[in-house]
Amino acid sequence: MDTFNNLMHGFSVALTPFNLLWALLGCFLGTAIGVLPGIGPALAIALLLPITYQVSATGAFILFCGVFYGAMYGGSTTSILINTPGESGSIITALEGNKMARNGRAGPALATAAIGSFVAGTIGTLGVSFLGPIVVELALKLGPAEYFSLMVLCFVTVSAVLGSSAVRGLVSLVFGIFLGLVGIDRQTGQQRFTFGIPELLDGVNVVLVAVALFAVAETLYLALHWRSGQEEILPVRGKLWLSRSDWRRSLFPWLRGAAIGFPFGVMPAGGTEMPTMLSYYAERKLSKHPEEFGTTGAIEGVAGPEAANNAAAAGILVPMLTLGLPTSATAAIMLSAFQSYGIQPGPLLFTSQPELVWGLIASLYIANVMLLVMNLPLVGLWVKILHIPTPLLYGGILVFATIGTYGISNSVVDLFLLYGIGLIGMLMKKFDFPVAPVVIGMILGPMAEESMRQAMTISQGDWSTFVTRPISLVILLIALVALAGPKLWVMMQRRVAIP
Amino acid sequence: MKSGTMRADLGVAIFVLVLAGLIFFGAVSIAQTPMYAAISAKFVPYLCALLLAVLGGFLMLDALRGGWSRHLPDADGAALNWTSFSLLVAGAVANMALIGTLGFVISASIQFVLTARAFGSQKLLRDVLIGCAITLGAYLGFDRGLGVNIGAGILEGLI
Repeated sequence: MDTFNNLMHGFSVALTPFNLLWALLGCFLGTAIGVLPGIGPALAIALLLPITYQVSATGAFILFCGVFYGAMYGGSTTSILINTPGESGSIITALEGNKMARNGRAGPALATAAIGSFVAGTIGTLGVSFLGPIVVELALKLGPAEYFSLMVLCFVTVSAVLGSSAVRGLVSLVFGIFLGLVGIDRQTGQQRFTFGIPELLDGVNVVLVAVALFAVAETLYLALHWRSGQEEILPVRGKLWLSRSDWRRSLFPWLRGAAIGFPFGVMPAGGTEMPTMLSYYAERKLSKHPEEFGTTGAIEGVAGPEAANNAAAAGILVPMLTLGLPTSATAAIMLSAFQSYGIQPGPLLFTSQPELVWGLIASLYIANVMLLVMNLPLVGLWVKILHIPTPLLYGGILVFATIGTYGISNSVVDLFLLYGIGLIGMLMKKFDFPVAPVVIGMILGPMAEESMRQAMTISQGDWSTFVTRPISLVILLIALVALAGPKLWVMMQRRVAIP
Repeated sequence: MKSGTMRADLGVAIFVLVLAGLIFFGAVSIAQTPMYAAISAKFVPYLCALLLAVLGGFLMLDALRGGWSRHLPDADGAALNWTSFSLLVAGAVANMALIGTLGFVISASIQFVLTARAFGSQKLLRDVLIGCAITLGAYLGFDRGLGVNIGAGILEGLI
């Protein structure tokens, strides 16, 4: 019962007044960020990174994870009430949730989303608590070669497997890796791609890139496609509670959603979109009321995906805390916060920083309870946030973008970079290039380079080390299958179909 | 319309290829060091250039076959709103030009007002008031509260 003792210790950390306050603040901000369309947790955490100079690591990460979880809760409110997902994990929720709201069942839709998020979030957090130490055991056996292979797998899954096109995803990834190269090489001390600009010696700042891609690009894109006219915000009608039949119809979708979401988060498959989609299709298949899907709105279609995105969010924390591998843009930004504390994320984190790890995990349980309260009785508050006029919302977002960027070193060069990369991000959005791989490549690229060099130093310059070590070989083969598998599958299907 | 999106896609493919070329030449010019390293500082840059060149080639093939953009929901030929876009860019440029001399609160407020205008706001006075309130609040919170240095300026000197 080692985990249990650790967890108890974690609660003693998380229940101190200050850490409770950080969790509360994180949940509050996260829900607000989730509710507001167009901005997500990655941007919010990037803008909050400066608190790492002032606050202890434990407090900061409790805040960040509160934001991360909160965004998953808040996103559903927007999806249900205005049919625009507040957050990418809630895209699917809009399908059925908005239909329910149009038929006067906004209350039950919000309730099943919030309670489902709570159920799945708690199951996911249990998963983190018990799976985390096991993964750590395994991870301690991995050397630099295996780490490098894991990162390659991570690169492939976040860029090539998800999204509509492997080629465009990989372009985004390589662009991110390139951005990560700018500056002084950590090992040899050589300058790379600095073009003689002193501001670039320290490299391109992650906050800058995140703000550029998630705030500036989004705003530019919206302005370019702007039509006047307000979106319709549906009123919250129907009791904010579930009837007996709603409970019955929600329970299994919640559990199935959690069962689908958590493994997806844990595997370096990244993101919350994929599991929500799978959960949606599963519920549509299994539902006893298929006629409600796409017509009056089926409660299963809200319960399942909402559970799945919260469980996936919890799952994402497993590789981040145990291996130091980010599988989503948000996790990548959190990882850069570890770096700014000088903490090496990875398997040793559990033994070197038990206060931080277990305090954080315990606070996730607390955050789930806080979020349930915030999102059910207090849902009216978030509906008010939805009424913020768009001009003021985007004006405000750019003000915070300026702070996040100009605050780095008071340099106008950074602002130029911000809008330059923002413009590239807008074009990427226009031409359907995903932006999350850029951030992941930027953080993970230098780490992968370091592992590769360590592995090559150990093997004395022998490249075969990556394929002769069995674990490394297996991971690389999985990456290869993930990269080429879908294409081969299509080709095989065709070959079978032709004769 | 179709040929329009195709030409745009070709442009994207060429952009990626040019980027690959630039990274290649940037990698060539990384200084050599006598220090031994199993993998030199040039290795990953060359790899990036190579990968981008290959990927750019794939994009080029795709574009020549008609491109991918025509399948996007965005490609319905809706007119782009250049007025909004220009106002937004004007706000950004104003901010960059003025932040060094007038300080964050004033320059970001100007950007706020121009951005609000870009998204169709007609209430100038309201935007100015709210813009000043947000920038002041943000300045106090981040600069004084969190210790993020957002620079000096006219208004900042007074508080």
